[in-house]
Amino acid sequence: MATESKQKNQAPLIEPGHTFGSVSDKISSLVLNKKTPTFWFIGFGISFMLMNLLLLAIAYLLFKGIGIWGVNVPVAWGFAIINLVWWIGIGHAGTLISAILLLLRQEWRTSINRFAEAMTLFAVSAAGIFPLIHTGRPWLDYWLIPYPNTMALWPNFRSPLVWDVFAISTYATVSLLFWYVGLVPDFATLRDRTKTTGAKIIYGVLSMGWRGSAVHWHRYETAYLLLAGLATPLVISVHTVVSFDFAMGIVPGWHATIFPPYFVAGAIYAGFAMVLTLAIPLRKVYGLQDFITMRHLKNMAKVMLATGLIVAYGYSVEAFTAWYSATEYEGFMILNRMTGPYRYVFWSLIICNVAVPQLLWISKVQNSVVGLFIIAMFVNVGMWLERYVIVITSLHRDFLPSSWDMYSGTFWDWATYIGSIGLFLTLMFLFLRVIPSISIFEMKTLVIGRGDKKEDKK
Amino acid sequence: MAHTKEKNKLYGLMAEFENETQLLQASSKANEFGFTKMDAYTPYPVHGLPEAVGFKKNRLPMIVLIGAILGGLTGFFMQYFASVIHYPINIGGRPLNSWPSFIVITFEMTILFAAFSAVFGMFALNNLPQPYHPVFNVPRFALASRDRFFLCIESIDAQFEEEETRKFLKSLNPMDVYDVSP
Repeated sequence: MATESKQKNQAPLIEPGHTFGSVSDKISSLVLNKKTPTFWFIGFGISFMLMNLLLLAIAYLLFKGIGIWGVNVPVAWGFAIINLVWWIGIGHAGTLISAILLLLRQEWRTSINRFAEAMTLFAVSAAGIFPLIHTGRPWLDYWLIPYPNTMALWPNFRSPLVWDVFAISTYATVSLLFWYVGLVPDFATLRDRTKTTGAKIIYGVLSMGWRGSAVHWHRYETAYLLLAGLATPLVISVHTVVSFDFAMGIVPGWHATIFPPYFVAGAIYAGFAMVLTLAIPLRKVYGLQDFITMRHLKNMAKVMLATGLIVAYGYSVEAFTAWYSATEYEGFMILNRMTGPYRYVFWSLIICNVAVPQLLWISKVQNSVVGLFIIAMFVNVGMWLERYVIVITSLHRDFLPSSWDMYSGTFWDWATYIGSIGLFLTLMFLFLRVIPSISIFEMKTLVIGRGDKKEDKK
Repeated sequence: MAHTKEKNKLYGLMAEFENETQLLQASSKANEFGFTKMDAYTPYPVHGLPEAVGFKKNRLPMIVLIGAILGGLTGFFMQYFASVIHYPINIGGRPLNSWPSFIVITFEMTILFAAFSAVFGMFALNNLPQPYHPVFNVPRFALASRDRFFLCIESIDAQFEEEETRKFLKSLNPMDVYDVSP
């Protein structure tokens, strides 16, 4: 038993016996295989229905206005902001895996970076919807962008909300570029392997005529490395700016310097939970256990555990600051969180985000795929609850007791939220069907056992 | 295209190798032999190969640096122009050029412009997108994106003599040597 667990500790990044050819064939067959698997139709069907719920909810919102949601004074920020922050947070793991782990030469990122990046893109797409529809008059959303106009007006560049527009749109753009650049050589592989003319043309166009020239590869790697270097501070900045939306406001529970680091850690935490949530079923149904091994799952679990502890530290600092500042409003806010009408949400959050993930200390849990999946689901829920607690409990009982009120999501709030999950999953299923979900050319560098080590040139 | 089609019937000659070590040795030998117009094709980046086929200077980092600086300047001066020149609003006598609050957008624009320069710069320097390239005329070349390694010596090379070059490539122990029609 002891030796067995030791062997599991050293589980390889790619199972032995794979060659360049077998890696190409295995991964490209997921896309080029003519027969779409049954589970894909089931999964896509359910997601697509949920996505239509989103469209319906947005259509009704445009027709009736924000009144169909639960937001009102004093809680003017409801589900839309909670969902924005939740989705943006989920997106962070993709960039972390593709950029930061690349710079840190963590070879294990190779087999999960592609779909983690896809996850980032789709999560940011889902996130982007919320602030746009939350503006009340979404057809005027272009006012958020600075452009010369007849009113001679500009956005208020001193406002964190405008910073957010820039941060999130830059993040979405750079993530898309990063993802596409990573895909170009794989599109070339698909172009060369497909037998149907239509697919050949489409993948040919997408591959831009990539031919694997040594000189091209050289510039390609430089570009990829530079993008990783650029994406690293960017990803840190995005959730920092999102946290500024709160921290710059003089509201008890928001106005805290701990917010940026604690939001970034929370984002990575939520993101890795979502990567595990997606990777575990994916490797099972597509038989990718050779490429996404136990070592990947365990490494992600460890990152989750570490960032989870930072998040737990964030919670305790919030409580400590409330006491230490001796501010009446801060003290009341934290008491109201823990014992007020939303105490069930708060304590569920603590169970999901702080208590349950501690099971990851046990190596048996780390080695159990089902266990990891369940914990990841807890974290997904917990991170949503965290944003709920931050947004709602700080607002619903603010400085003036006369304006205190309760908040809860309406049917349309939930429909928009669940619908956004549908949008995310729909995009994910389409991605799995038409784009290689694991980077083929990077897996080949694992086959020769060299990985991303760039020093050993000679 | 600069090369004349009448003079050279071939785009070049291409040798196929089984692994990167053989290709690396072959490219170094071709380089020593004096060939300059050649390129190697591999399914994944092989380190040392660009130098072996005579690649000298990578201008991409400079392009990205210029892009980043331009982005930063654009970001900052857009905000400066809006807040100080075009629509100054006096709020309690606070400075119009409140630069600390301009930093976030300046930073984001720096990253955005630099990322665009990295991606479009890389494609532009690589001459991509390129809908047609002669190397694709070799049927076996489809394996260059799978598990084979190719070295192509182009006919525009000063040293290129069809039969001599073919002999030279054969001497490198390739799996086979192919003609690449233009």
